[in-house]
Formats: sequence, C-alpha cells, structure tokens
Amino acid sequence: MKPTDTSNPEYFHKVVDCQWGCPAHTDVPAYIRMIAQGQFSEAYMENRKSNVFPGILGRVCDRPCEPACRRKRVEDKPVAICRLKRVAADHRDDITELLPKVPENTNGKKVALIGAGCASLTVANDLAPLGYEVTIFEALPTTGGLMRTNIPQFRLPPKVLDEEIGYILDMNVDLKLNHPIDSMKGLLEDNFDAVFVGTGAPRGKDLEIPGRYDSDRIHIGIDWLESVAFEHIKEVGKNVLIIGVGNTAMDCCRTSLRIGAESVKVMARKPRRFFKASAWELEDAEEESVEILINHSPKEFVIEDGKLVGMKFELMEYRVDENGVIDRGTVSGEKIIPCDDVVLAIGQDNAFPWIERDIGIDFNDWDCPLVDETTMMCGRDGVFFGGDSAFGPKNIIWAVEHGHQAAISIHRYCQGESISERLPDGLNLASQKMGMHEWSFSNDYDDTSRRLMPHVDLLERFKKIDIEVELGFTAEQAVQEVERCLNCDIQTVFAADLCIECDACIDVCPVNCLTITKDGEEDELRTRLSAPAENHEQALYISAGLPHTGRVMIKDEDLCVHCSLCAERCPTGAWDMQKSEILIPYAKNELLDDEPLPAVGSGS
Amino acid sequence: MSYIAKPKITHPGMPKNKLGLTSSDYEGTVSTLCAGCGHDSVTAAIIQAVFELGVEPHMLAKMSGIGCSSKTPAYFVNQAHGFNSVHGRMPSVTTGANAANGDLMYIGVSGDGDSLSIGVGQFVHAIRRNINMCYVIENNGVYGLTKGQFSASADIGSKPKKGEPNNQEPIDPVSTALSLGATYIARSFSGDKEQLVPLLKGALMHRGFALVDIVSPCVTFNDHEGSTKSYAHTRQFYHHVIDIDYIPPAEEIKAAYAEGEAMPIEMHDGSTIVLRKVDKDYDLTSRASAFKYLREHFNAGEITTGLLYLDESRAEMHELMGNINTPLSQLPLEELNPGSAELKKLQNRYR
Repeated sequence: MKPTDTSNPEYFHKVVDCQWGCPAHTDVPAYIRMIAQGQFSEAYMENRKSNVFPGILGRVCDRPCEPACRRKRVEDKPVAICRLKRVAADHRDDITELLPKVPENTNGKKVALIGAGCASLTVANDLAPLGYEVTIFEALPTTGGLMRTNIPQFRLPPKVLDEEIGYILDMNVDLKLNHPIDSMKGLLEDNFDAVFVGTGAPRGKDLEIPGRYDSDRIHIGIDWLESVAFEHIKEVGKNVLIIGVGNTAMDCCRTSLRIGAESVKVMARKPRRFFKASAWELEDAEEESVEILINHSPKEFVIEDGKLVGMKFELMEYRVDENGVIDRGTVSGEKIIPCDDVVLAIGQDNAFPWIERDIGIDFNDWDCPLVDETTMMCGRDGVFFGGDSAFGPKNIIWAVEHGHQAAISIHRYCQGESISERLPDGLNLASQKMGMHEWSFSNDYDDTSRRLMPHVDLLERFKKIDIEVELGFTAEQAVQEVERCLNCDIQTVFAADLCIECDACIDVCPVNCLTITKDGEEDELRTRLSAPAENHEQALYISAGLPHTGRVMIKDEDLCVHCSLCAERCPTGAWDMQKSEILIPYAKNELLDDEPLPAVGSGS
Repeated sequence: MSYIAKPKITHPGMPKNKLGLTSSDYEGTVSTLCAGCGHDSVTAAIIQAVFELGVEPHMLAKMSGIGCSSKTPAYFVNQAHGFNSVHGRMPSVTTGANAANGDLMYIGVSGDGDSLSIGVGQFVHAIRRNINMCYVIENNGVYGLTKGQFSASADIGSKPKKGEPNNQEPIDPVSTALSLGATYIARSFSGDKEQLVPLLKGALMHRGFALVDIVSPCVTFNDHEGSTKSYAHTRQFYHHVIDIDYIPPAEEIKAAYAEGEAMPIEMHDGSTIVLRKVDKDYDLTSRASAFKYLREHFNAGEITTGLLYLDESRAEMHELMGNINTPLSQLPLEELNPGSAELKKLQNRYR
C-alpha cells in the first residue's frame, strides 16, 4: 500500500470519530478536556465556534457524535458528549465580551434571511461580524423556529433559546417578526444582495384514512406542538394515541402527559428495531410510563355520534431477512383502541407555496429545492438554502452546518468571487510530551461507566409544562465522564526513519493494533495483522519502509485507545503523541487575509 | 518504563486458546526495563507461546536468577509459580523444584551474565543432568544492570559505548550446550517472533533440557554502531538454518510445504515439530556436523539461528535417577516420611 499521507487533514480528522461524525465538526475532545479543567467559558466558546448553540444543542442535539464515539467500540456506551456540552453552557461565565464584534461600518451588502430558525441565525452569526447588513424575516411572533415551537419547554427552556439567539440578534441583526414572506419574487425585487431561505420543513404529514376529517380531536403533531408552545392548546383528553415513533412522537407523548392525559400510547407500525426515535428519547418517554405498542398499523378513526372514541388498527406480522430488511408485513387481525385524542407524528414535508416556480428555482418531486450540497446555492444565483428547507428534515446540527457553508458562499458571492472555490481544511499537530513519562493529557484508560443524567422526580415534573426534566451533570459527574474520553485527537504519529523495529510498541499495545510486517495490498494486509482488522471504515495507518528490514509499520486505527504506551515504550521517539487540531474555515477566514489558516502541519 | 499500567481491555476479536483464555490473560505486571529492551519482546514471545500451547497458568513455574533478564518472569503469566533465586543459581533451584515436582512445566529465564559468568558452573551441570526445562538466555553481550560492561558472550572486536573493544573469546552458549549433550538447542532473535515463538513452544514441550539462546539487544548500552549485539547488526548477519513449526498432538499438519522442504519429527508427547530447512545440508541430529557448521558460520561473522540440535531419545533427570513420577506434594505422609524405624534401617546399611 501507499504510505499514509498524514499531511492530508482528512486522515487525522477521521480518527477523531466524534468530530468527524458531527456535521459541524465540533472539536469534541478539546472542549470536553476544558470542561474537566473547569474552563467552562472556554469550552463554551470552542463549541460556539462550530455549533453556535451549545446550550440548545447540549440538550436537544441528535448527537451523531455519540454513536460514532470510539468508546463504543471498547465498551457498550459512548461518552455522554451531548450532556457535557450542556455542562459548558450551564457553568459558563458571562461570555458576551468573547463574542464576535460587529464593525462600526457595514460593508454595504444587504442579506435577507427568511425564517428565524437555527440555519438563518447561523448565517447571521457568521456574516454580521463581517459587516453585512442582515435582515431576518420571521412569520411567527417569536424567534427560534422549530427549536421553540416543536421542542417542548420541559426539554429546552425558553431562557436558553433567548440567551443564545440574543447573542446573534445583538450583532445589529434587523429582526422582523410577524413578517411572513408570501412571494419570493417580491423579495427578490427588493434591494438585497443575497437571500437565504431557512424556513424548515413546516408541513406535518397527514394520514388519509376513514374518519380523518370527522373529528377535531385529530391533530398534526408539529402543528399541535406549536399550538401548545403558544398556549393556544392548553389541554388534551385523558386517553391519547400518538401515531408514529420518531422523535416528534416522543415530544408529543410527553407533552400530552403534562396537559391532562392520563394514558398515552405510542402506536408503531413496525417492531422496535425499526423505530426512528433516538434510543435516549424512547427511554425518557418510557420512564414517564408512556406505552409503546408495536406492529399496529392505523386503519380508521372510530367516530361515534360525531365524537372520536377510538382508532382501529391492523395487527401486523413481519418477516425480517438476514440483511435486516423488513418485508411489507401481513395482517393477522384488527383491534380498536379507545382514545379521546390522536396526534399524528409520522413525518414532515417541505412546502414552498410562497416561492414562484418561474424564477429559476427548481424543485424535485418532493417539493425540495435543487440545492448544491457544497455551496448551498439553488439554481438562481444569489439565493441560498439551508436547514430542513434545503434537503428535507434533518436536525439542528445539520442546519447549523448548512448555515456556515451558506455564509461562506454568500460572502464570496457578494464579493464577486467564485463560490465553488473554498478554503481547504488545515491541520496543526503538536507533540504532547511533557517529560519522560508525562503527557499533557490524561492518557490512562478509565474504566468508569457512563454517568447517568439526573432527572426531576417523576411526580414533580408533571406539575407544570415548563419544568426541565434533565437536571444536568454535577461538576463531579462531568469530570468522571470526561475521563471516559479516549482523547482521539491526540494522534499517534509515526516517524519511520527513527524506528529500530524492536517491537516494544507492538508488545505493549493493550488492543493489539500495531503490526510490523511485509507490505501488501490492503485487503490481504488486513488478514495478517496482530488483531483482526474487520472494521473497514477505519483506516490502516501505513508507514514508509522501515530502515532495517524494509517492512512497514501498520496501525489499525479502529480500536486504539490513545493510551500513549507505544510512544512511552519507543526507545527512539519514532512514535509520538501529537494533538491534531483540524482547522475548519468559516466565513471570517475568507475575510481575514492577515489570519490565514496555518499551512499543513508537520508529522511524517 | 511507564507510569500507567497497560489498560485492562482487549480487542474483542482476539483469539482464545483451548482453555478459553486470550493472550492478554497470560500477561504479567508492567515491565520496568528500558523502553525498547529486547527482553520485553522475548517476554511477549513467551506469552504468545504459552498462550498458543494452552498452558494452565498454575502448571507453569518461572525460574530466574539476577539481572535484567531475570526480572522478566514478573512480566508474564502472573498466576504461575515463580522463584527468583540468587545470581547464577537458577539451575540448581530449578533442579530441586523439578526433583520435587516433575509435573510442572519449567521455564528458566536467564541472561549472559547470569548463565555464562557467575552461573556458568550451574548452567553446564543442569545440561549434564538433562533437567526437563526450557532454559532461555536473553543474550545481549553486556551487563546492562551495571551500566554496560562486556559480558562473557561479547564478541571479539565488539565496541562498547565508551572505551576499548572486547578482546576476550566469547562463550557461545549454543556450542557449549552442544558439547555438553543438551537435547534441544535453538538460537533466535528477540526481533523475530515468527521464528522465536515456535522455537519456544518446541522447547517447552521437549522432554529434557531445552536451551533457547536469544539475541536480545540492550537498547541502552549495546545498540550502537560497532556493537555485534545491536538490532541493526543482528538483522544484517542473521542466518536462518532451520525454522520450525510446532504441531500439537492429534492435530493435522495443515500448512502446505514444498516437496522435500519440510521434515516432521515426532516428539515424546505425540506432538510434531516440522523442520523447515533453510539450509538443506544442515543435519540437526549430528553433534559433530552441527558443531562444524556453527563454527564455520561463526567465523564468517554470521549468527546461525533456528533449531540447531534435537535429540528426543535421551533420558531426562528423573529417568536417569530412577525417581518416582508422582510429585512429592501428592504423596501421602507415610510414604514421604517412612518413620524412624526405616531411617535406622537405612543408617545401619552404611555402618
């Protein structure tokens, strides 16, 4: 194989599984180490750099970082990254002085952002400090988009939203609430240099089965949550059925319990392993005695005397093949389950009734605009999309990343530069050796299990709708949880020319991830390593030929726990532990010529 | 040396042996030797060998004397028996232990100082008695623990880190053992586990005295240019003669060997050693021709490695002396101690 090119930032970035898995590439190991050291404001700002809303995301992020976490390959549970983020937010000092400053004079460029959700707010956050005149148009009387309307207050308190959105609005952002845009054509005729659409996927899917329109007690999940959030709906019947088993369904069932429901059932069409909801959201709902019924396919609403009394389901049986693919299922019976209200939480669609179809913006069959995945620009120059409105429903952290990329594009577009030419990622590597056997980080493996998030007592939490259920980690819990991190950003960097092939590193590696052997092709090489290397998603780190024998040093990146023993046992310093910092460009890096991204780092 | 212990986690895909143990179950405490010491690689090879053989840890006895090498039994098979004896006296302690309990598997780990200087008298008599043990010499040509003076195995002309080159004849443990009639003689290199692990397995399973002389560079005092026991020098002049594969009893020989290349030899316990001759003319059953070959290649500056001599027929100590096979610890007291009347009878025989 060709020796690994570690000067390509992507290589070491991939080793940091959490950061690689995060759409916004938050430098997780760096900020959670700051938390352990009590540097909460610094940890908050490190987060804010990439994900903009640490307090919000520390509570409600979809946390793609956690399934990616290396710890999960060594034991069952990943590091509780998401809740550590909340620790940084909870314990930070006043950070307003650390926020990006808006210049005294604008650069004269005007940008319109439609929707005051996470995508638009990210664009504002990136562009306002560069001198752009940013206007946000929001149809609702308040900011935050679905973060405020669809996520219940007992998961995300309004105060947290107000603070973090406030940081951005304070950057001289012109916010126009109660200002729906009903014609894109009209807006384009106004004097804006660029337009960004961040309007989400606002249309809840409906369920067209008999009886659907015969009762006013059948609700569309996201609309119903919004009505609850704005206190238009203050109560619900005693028996509630939630149709669907995604994260919105989890919010619907837990909300029901707080506004009058006594029995809430979540009705799932398929078996549990096919649920869309995150495991932790299911756990939290079940802790509140929500019952989840599987293999129930909705057939009709049962209406008696004009009143919804129940819902009829087909009982399903499925076969799952050896690849885990489920068939369409067969009906084995029917069952009526009584209820007073039904909430439909079976998905969301995009909807752009306000965008004319003759202005150069093309849409696919699902009413999603055709948007470039890198630049976020649609077919019409100067119009950008982000968040759920771009590619359909995803999540907050994706919306933030879209916002960052759109901001770069908008800046380049407004400056008359090519939006497809973008700054590359950079890489810094710095040795962490502090002494003979001393590293700048906690390299010893800690076998502590994942800390449990303390919750408000079950009886207490239902008293009001806005009692936040999760209490957040204590300082002690946070420190213990950080110790579980395997410091994947502290890279094992190998200098082939120094190696004397003494095997010390190979002998000491606790997970047998090192091998010195004859070179070969990857598939064949993987069969003759010290330990089976069956995870092909993780790279093999291949050295150049070693000086004595011409063999190569191979490291399977899969299971390395970054304990530094290879580097400690190396007599010649051929292995070193070096912290990688992946330098990810934002809009501000386009502007600041005097602060270019550092060149590609050292390390052979 | 490291301040943290090797984390107690294992790769979930690691193989298990017939006892259901992984190789990490055969580890010991963390090494306190210099980083890069050849001895640590030998330790790793021993761990691999006993893991692959499926040795029950409580049936293994680790014996040693004094020196860097003699610290290493602490670094493998924590649950085994062990005796860290006086300098150079490991062979006699092992003789005693073996006399009392011949059922255990004995591995003695020694060095060139422990075996060829202070303990050379013990070493040669252990061979003469043909004690059933695996005798490992971690041979680095210097006294590492006392900062790198030449040992008795230093080659003529080998340069020290500071001072004059060595001008005294080295004692070669392999030729010594050959002349004394050892029944399993091998040489290898700490940096060549592919060769070393099967040699150790064969030595552990051999009935009688098995010597494995291992060039194990001292990374601190004898790994410089001009040293004849450095990693670089050993790799350059390393000469394979006969590599072996060890096949446990009742297991089929699965590896494919080219016609005429491999020669199986059955051992007393029914296991097989397959000789893979690199040098086809080498005869490992003839002491005379082996000695000649070794001398010639030594004179040419080569380090001859592999299984160099094997005799499965010679009786080991217990057989030679007509001892009882049962370990003394398992004999009833009345047999162990026949009483004062019997003692009197015995004494009367000598009056």
